Amino acid sequence: KSSVQTIGEEQIQNPYTELLVLKGHQDIVRFLVQIDDYRFASAGDDGIIFLWDAQTGEQLLGLHGHTQKITAIASFSSSNASEENEHLILTASADRTVIVWDCSSGRQVQKVSCFHSTVKCLTVLQRLDVWLSGGSDLCVWNRKLDLLCKTSHLTDAGINALVELPKNCVAAAVGKELIIFRLIPSNDGSEGWNILEVKRLVDHQDNILSLVSVNDFTFVTGSHVGELIVWDALDWTKQALECNFWDSSVHPDAQPEIKLTQSPNETSVQHLTSDEECVFAAVGKGIYVYNLQMKRVIACQRAAHDSSVLHIEKLPNRQLISCSEDGSVRIWELREKQQLPAEPVPTGFFNMWGFGRANKQANQAAKKMQESTPMYFLELVGDLIGHSSAVQMFLYFGELGLATCSADHLIILWKDGERESRLRSLTLFQKLAQNGDLQLKF
Amino acid sequence: MISAPDVVAFTREEEEEGELRSEPPLPEEYSVPLFPFAGHGANPWARASSSKFTRDFILISEFSEQVGPQPLLTIPDDAKVPGAFDLNYFSLRIMSVDYQASFVGHPPGSAYPKLNFVEDSKVVLGDSKEGAFAYVHHLTLYDLEARGFVRPFCMAYISADEHKIMQQFQQLSAEFSKASECLKTGNRKAFANELEKKLKDLDYTRTVLHNETEIQKKANDKGYYTTQAIEKANELASVEKSIIEHQDLLKQIRSYPYRKMKEADVHPYEPECTPDQANAGCDQDPTTSDLAEPGETHLYAHMPSYTPKLIKAKSAKCFDKKLKTLEELCDIYFFTQTLDQLHQIERTFRGDVCYLLTEQISRALLKKQSVTNFLFEDVSLLDEKPSENQYKGCQGLSQDAINRKCMEESSAPKVVVSLGSYKSSVESVPIKMEPEIEDSQEPQMTESVTFEHQENLDYLDADIKGSISSGESIEVLGTEKSASGLTKSESQASLPVSPSPQVGRSKVGSRRTVSEDSIEVLSTCPSEALIPEDFKASYPSAINEEPYADDEEGGLRFTSKLNPDDADEQEDVLKEENLVQVDSTCCIGKESPSFLEPQPDMGQKPCEEDGVVRIPPQPYRQGEQGLRGSFGTFPSHDSVSGGLLPYELDSRYPTGSREISKSSLDECSDSTSYISSAASTCSDRTPSPAHPTGQASDRHKKKAGQNALRFIRQYPFAHPAIYSLLTGRTLVVLGEEEAIVKKLVTALSIFVPNCGVYAKPVKHWVTSPLHVVDFQKWKLIGLQRTASPAGVNALHALSRYSRYVSILDADSKTLRCPLYKGALVSRLADHRTQIKRGSTYYMHVQSILTQLCSKAFLFTFCHHLHLPISEREPEESVVNRRMNFLKLQLGLANEDIKIVQYLAELLKLQCIQEPGRGLNPLLRFDYVPSFLYKI
Repeated sequence: KSSVQTIGEEQIQNPYTELLVLKGHQDIVRFLVQIDDYRFASAGDDGIIFLWDAQTGEQLLGLHGHTQKITAIASFSSSNASEENEHLILTASADRTVIVWDCSSGRQVQKVSCFHSTVKCLTVLQRLDVWLSGGSDLCVWNRKLDLLCKTSHLTDAGINALVELPKNCVAAAVGKELIIFRLIPSNDGSEGWNILEVKRLVDHQDNILSLVSVNDFTFVTGSHVGELIVWDALDWTKQALECNFWDSSVHPDAQPEIKLTQSPNETSVQHLTSDEECVFAAVGKGIYVYNLQMKRVIACQRAAHDSSVLHIEKLPNRQLISCSEDGSVRIWELREKQQLPAEPVPTGFFNMWGFGRANKQANQAAKKMQESTPMYFLELVGDLIGHSSAVQMFLYFGELGLATCSADHLIILWKDGERESRLRSLTLFQKLAQNGDLQLKF
Repeated sequence: MISAPDVVAFTREEEEEGELRSEPPLPEEYSVPLFPFAGHGANPWARASSSKFTRDFILISEFSEQVGPQPLLTIPDDAKVPGAFDLNYFSLRIMSVDYQASFVGHPPGSAYPKLNFVEDSKVVLGDSKEGAFAYVHHLTLYDLEARGFVRPFCMAYISADEHKIMQQFQQLSAEFSKASECLKTGNRKAFANELEKKLKDLDYTRTVLHNETEIQKKANDKGYYTTQAIEKANELASVEKSIIEHQDLLKQIRSYPYRKMKEADVHPYEPECTPDQANAGCDQDPTTSDLAEPGETHLYAHMPSYTPKLIKAKSAKCFDKKLKTLEELCDIYFFTQTLDQLHQIERTFRGDVCYLLTEQISRALLKKQSVTNFLFEDVSLLDEKPSENQYKGCQGLSQDAINRKCMEESSAPKVVVSLGSYKSSVESVPIKMEPEIEDSQEPQMTESVTFEHQENLDYLDADIKGSISSGESIEVLGTEKSASGLTKSESQASLPVSPSPQVGRSKVGSRRTVSEDSIEVLSTCPSEALIPEDFKASYPSAINEEPYADDEEGGLRFTSKLNPDDADEQEDVLKEENLVQVDSTCCIGKESPSFLEPQPDMGQKPCEEDGVVRIPPQPYRQGEQGLRGSFGTFPSHDSVSGGLLPYELDSRYPTGSREISKSSLDECSDSTSYISSAASTCSDRTPSPAHPTGQASDRHKKKAGQNALRFIRQYPFAHPAIYSLLTGRTLVVLGEEEAIVKKLVTALSIFVPNCGVYAKPVKHWVTSPLHVVDFQKWKLIGLQRTASPAGVNALHALSRYSRYVSILDADSKTLRCPLYKGALVSRLADHRTQIKRGSTYYMHVQSILTQLCSKAFLFTFCHHLHLPISEREPEESVVNRRMNFLKLQLGLANEDIKIVQYLAELLKLQCIQEPGRGLNPLLRFDYVPSFLYKI
């Protein structure tokens, strides 16, 4: 039995009616990063970075330099008005190097290979014009790739995630711990920085998998066992904790043994994203919308996919895109509930939990809903099927389309067919006008 | 293909049906003339004449110097094909009208024998007694052992359908020229080899002789030479002479290929007419050297004298030696190539002429649709055909057809012109049917009148000639060469003619006149000879030709054309000439009906259109007369000569010194012409067959058509399946048995639009699971269904990607695909169609698809349907306009809109594609529900 919500073949709201398959990679493609308005880079286990034109799907450059798989990628564009717009990308690889590439020429600007361990995350602090690499320790680099400072050895496992916080602080997820570092200008007046460990937060029961900054006052972490903690970004205090919120809040009477049947994977917070109001969490196969104001989950789709959701993103138009290990990409829309709360949560939810008779559930659900059920729900408005293996990540390019990358070595560029058709007409007539054919023909 | 020949059979029934009338008239190219004998209730497909053979074939004959004309082989090589048809007799006929003559000899002006690089001649003849009509292509091959080094051959395309020969003349000519060129190339190679061998022999002989002489000298102490010694010395001297001659020959033959590089030309020059020709019927003895010219005799005489023991045995008598076979004469490679080419010709021209014409017209028209062509046509096939000519031919033909239809109405001069332009080489003209009209000097003012009249006569003649000319079985109706003569003669009608050649010619003429056999040369065109620029320089003899030509009437004008640089200017001149000439030609034709009728604007069209001067068929044949007297007067009594140019005739009989000097120029004849043209139509350097893929694809079409026909009859859900293909939704044919699946795929492939100029996006058989990339690449896939895990995977993948595909299950006979409610596909695939044959259905499909393409073209290239008229115009109004256009203007309903939109998308993609950069293949799809259809 499948509890996963499905959508028929008719998807009126799905704008993606044209696809381009971008081939180039020879192994799993794990990362996509946007360079500018029309370019993006892809990287994966084959150690190659490709630059693509998001409009035409043309492969612009192939960057070869890493000998092992890429573990982190970040785009670093100079915001300096004085300089010409220089786009760099940083890539970290399992070969314990970080390479800085020039996106316009494909040139390898510099290569750093003094790491003791694989760099697992890269963060660019545009404001300070420095970037940080997180491996077994945290290093701070400037644009010229001078090592400005580094922390002492933190952990063998390495830093899982880094996020920039206000007041020159960064939060690093190291195992179960969340460590706050502060960058302090060095005393000698040069442009150097010192890094200082400010605080260790040990509230999570398990490894912190995701870390996202919501706004200047808040950031959120999620752990492997499904804890979601909202932190104050300024004093690093815990504002809210949602622990096992997918069941305890909704089903206080849920039997513990049911929870045991859950594999940890199904409750781990794989990815977090947020807008000003809400945090969107990819938890196991489901998607949850947590409202920061109300401090509770306002909508959820417990079985959004057939397997783990790997990446979610909020679109400006109240839509949410998620991709999963099952190889599909789904488009959701957050809608307010029109019906009375008596409307039960999708039955799939109960089935998933193996409840018994339906009428009992209905009663319970109806009761619950009045007090605490979300007044929003996630409506599936479309799905994109193209990849034959897990979709690792995607990149939303607005009207240019959507790029998805997958373990099947492919990147697929999904486009709005109507728009493309119009653009082609435009190009066609421009070309005709150029060639002077227009006069002849019309 | 745009149109189907099936249509033709029904054209007669259209009179009463008013509804047909209401439709817009067919484009002129498609209008079909009424079958002339329809009134008699005849079946239009019945053979008008009772020919003894069942189908067209190609005959290769030789005029053997030992046994006279003899058939060598037929293509197809099947005794059943000629059947009761007397090949020997026909060989004799066709060999006897060889205007080409070759002369190799020892011209007085030069020290050594010269080779003729003879152009081929192309003649159309009809033998009404046998019910056979033939395009005859004469050529000569070199053979060191043959008399004059040459062996005349001819290749003939023999058909019972006269119109076919006439209308396909250009094409036949072009194709046969290729074959001939191939054969001759191989022959030159073989000949050069032979010469080399001979030279070695001679060299060796000389050494031996020399040694012997030395020994004799030493032995001789008497102080005077013995007769023996003198003999030896003479022998030695002649060996040396022979060596030089052979070396010269070798040089000549080797120089040939370099000269034949670029241009084809019409070459009216006929170097020689051997008496054999005249004697063709009875001359069994090739050694009638007493008749031969002195030069030739001389050469011939001294040739056998060099038979030293050391030279390979050489028979003194040519009866004794065994002549080389055709195969031996040519390099084996080239021989096979030629045969291939001939087979290709046979295949190409097989079938009814209307089919050929339709195909040619379609092809020509398709070529014009350069934008939409790639969608459903095999572009490579279109490209490969060189045929500028062909197209013109088609035009001419269609015009011809039209004209024929509206024969009764006086045709506008313009039409006539274009008509005539084609007919130049093709149209047949009555020979003996009209009473003679004496006044040959009719004023030219009657031009227009004559014109029409002329045309009508032409057609009449063409139509009834078969029956009329029954008395004489073969008639020479005209040659293109002769036409050149005509133009010349007309422009300079009063020029005096050099008298010397006349004698010989008159002989020929009279001979022909006298002969009872009625050979009807319908037309000939001069072979497309090449003009080598370098040739003239290296061969002064070519230059000599000019003064010679000057002597001939009209020669001057034409010789000036010799210089390719002047060609352009000359063309203008020529054009004017022709215009002027038209009148007189007409008059002549009208007045002396026993002559071939002139084609009024023969010369004109070629000049205009491609710069090639095509020489029109010779309207009158009394070249001899003209030469004898003045061109102004045309005595009609010897009309049978075959429309030779005056100077052609001259050259045929190189009896006078002038002839001989001229014949020394012969070698240039192949490449030089009196009328040269800057452009050439000669693409026949390569012996490659005309449609290398044509045949295969024809068969494929037929098969696909048959399968498709079966499919639409057998499967009630053929329409949605075809709709899927037409909208670019991949159709997967799923089945266990490869043969069944492949058959279905073949059937459906004719509906698949191409995404580019590459091969059709069709994959006949796949066993591995499909992926999204496959749908991007292939639009029709045959997929294996197996019970193995791999097979399960494949099915799983299929259901996963089901939104991109329609699935036709060949085993359970179900189809899963979107709904189709349009009207277009039902016309394309009507299961109650009356069409029986696969090829016909294929053409039907192609014609509807072509129509569809034109709609897509319109839609794609209407600016305002896609882009706003003003900046502020909202997108919605553009969309509205677009939909309105599709629905109202193009009359599309429902899903048909999507078909046109998809095709338009493909057109756009093709058009905006950057040349060097392959566009990423797109996969466009719709989110539409699918339905399951069952039988």
